[in-house]
Amino acid sequence: MKEKKVILDIRDFSVSFEQYEKGFSKTGLPVIRNLDVTVHEGEMVAVVGSSGSGKSLLAHGILGILPYNATMGGELMFDGEPLTRKRQKALRGNEIVLVPQSVAFLDPLMKIGPQIRKGKKDRASREKLNRIFRGYHLKEEVQNLYPFELSGGMNRRVLVSTALMGNPKLVIADEPTPGLHMDMVRRVMSHFRELADQGAGVLLITHDLEQALEVADRVVVFYAGTTVEDAAASDFGSEETLRHPYSRALWRALPQNGFQFIQGVQPYVKDLPSGCPFGPRCEFCTESCKAAVPYRQVRGGRVRCVMAGREKGAEEMLQSAKEPSARLAAAGKHHTGAAERRCAPEPLVAGHEADHDKKMRSAV
Amino acid sequence: MILEAKNISFRYGKDTRQILNDFSLQIESRERVGIVAKSGFGKTTFCKILAGYEKPDQGEVLLDGKPLSAWDGYCPVQMIWQHPEQVVNPRLRMREVLKEGDEVEESVIRGLGIEKDWQNRFPAEISGGEMQRFCIARALGKRTRFLLADEISTMLDLITQSQIWSFLVEEVEKREIGLLAVSHSMPLLEQVCTRICYLEEKKD
Repeated sequence: MKEKKVILDIRDFSVSFEQYEKGFSKTGLPVIRNLDVTVHEGEMVAVVGSSGSGKSLLAHGILGILPYNATMGGELMFDGEPLTRKRQKALRGNEIVLVPQSVAFLDPLMKIGPQIRKGKKDRASREKLNRIFRGYHLKEEVQNLYPFELSGGMNRRVLVSTALMGNPKLVIADEPTPGLHMDMVRRVMSHFRELADQGAGVLLITHDLEQALEVADRVVVFYAGTTVEDAAASDFGSEETLRHPYSRALWRALPQNGFQFIQGVQPYVKDLPSGCPFGPRCEFCTESCKAAVPYRQVRGGRVRCVMAGREKGAEEMLQSAKEPSARLAAAGKHHTGAAERRCAPEPLVAGHEADHDKKMRSAV
Repeated sequence: MILEAKNISFRYGKDTRQILNDFSLQIESRERVGIVAKSGFGKTTFCKILAGYEKPDQGEVLLDGKPLSAWDGYCPVQMIWQHPEQVVNPRLRMREVLKEGDEVEESVIRGLGIEKDWQNRFPAEISGGEMQRFCIARALGKRTRFLLADEISTMLDLITQSQIWSFLVEEVEKREIGLLAVSHSMPLLEQVCTRICYLEEKKD
């Protein structure tokens, strides 16, 4: 995987919305911070996370179709070159394709056929569209209908066909499958997989972790507008191989893995705690989590957590996950345990933790 | 109590496809029934008929042997819809949305994790997940005996999904409410339900 070319490289990406508060005073609402995503050639990367964690904004940010009051920051690289506004405009629809989240993205005043062919009338594109439509059980007559004449599921399939029409280098699929039944979801996913196998990078934005795991190579986990973990899909095979407590919580919430949940809700952007956004819901939260948390390499993936990768911690996390009642107790034990390992009898203070962090960072 | 759908047939309008054809199902209170079927089968339509929003062309819905229309006032069969944003009045504050049905107990509101300050907001000011919690609370009025959950968690992330379902199962068990859950996710239904029905269209 490593020798493959990087198609999309996003570093420290941020989006903030300018809002009017009272009268003419403006404030920035930072909805996305510290976002890192890379997509290689021929790779399918799934972006999972709760609703409101900024997944769709990422897609719109890459395409440059954010609303006018949004400000972007950080580095966006596409195919080795920075993705400027001008380039975004030139590339979107050709080399970068979006399969949007809502069927409302279809032009209601344009018939399906011409809309998907982008007005092209030559034989090759007609035949290609016919072939794609046949694969999705869409009759040829559908091309002469308007979007409102189709059912929700049919419109979905039309949207997915848009990605298959061109020869994109990067496909961004934003929740492409709600409202479709299982067989159709599998078929759509296998088409995205095919696109990836043909060499395109695919960014699959979804909250359906199960689906994502079936097809994707890597999974990037979002929480409250930040990337918290970047893991191989196979890491989701068991809880131990995951790095961030939130990813582990997601894993445990899968119906087949016990359907457990954690308390609380994702914080609203205005009420974000300093440091790790997951802190208030995390049973391992310490003082050191309140400072900026670096995104670092752990076991072949990346994670934004102070605790991840400390083997003893991982063991205890696992144990406590198995017996939820003992969670808090274990968390307490864990802190003292960590302190003992580092500097025996001294009490645990914030300075030590921070110090330790620096060491960890320089070690990485 | 038993909620009974007897030989139900239904189609929208005259010239459209027959959606339900001679379909019967029984749910007892204390039972949690899951329904799995392809899209277009008529799962949502069936829920609407059970809750009395649509009248079947043929067949009837009986609650303890009495037709649903004989129950006056609050309907003991309540439905939670797939798209919460489509079933709340955008001009009501969420506090008022909660009061639309029967009285909702404080424990339900707390159990669903609905926070005080959400209640003063308008529907446009809260997220889909928050809104679905309100819709579930609204359907869990004091006199609710049967609850129909039509794909209520497809738009929610995993953790919210399991939070809501754990609460629902507990509540439904405690109050002996019969539950009908429609979902595409088999693992979910296996966790939640006591009985699962796979529905296929009759080929004739």
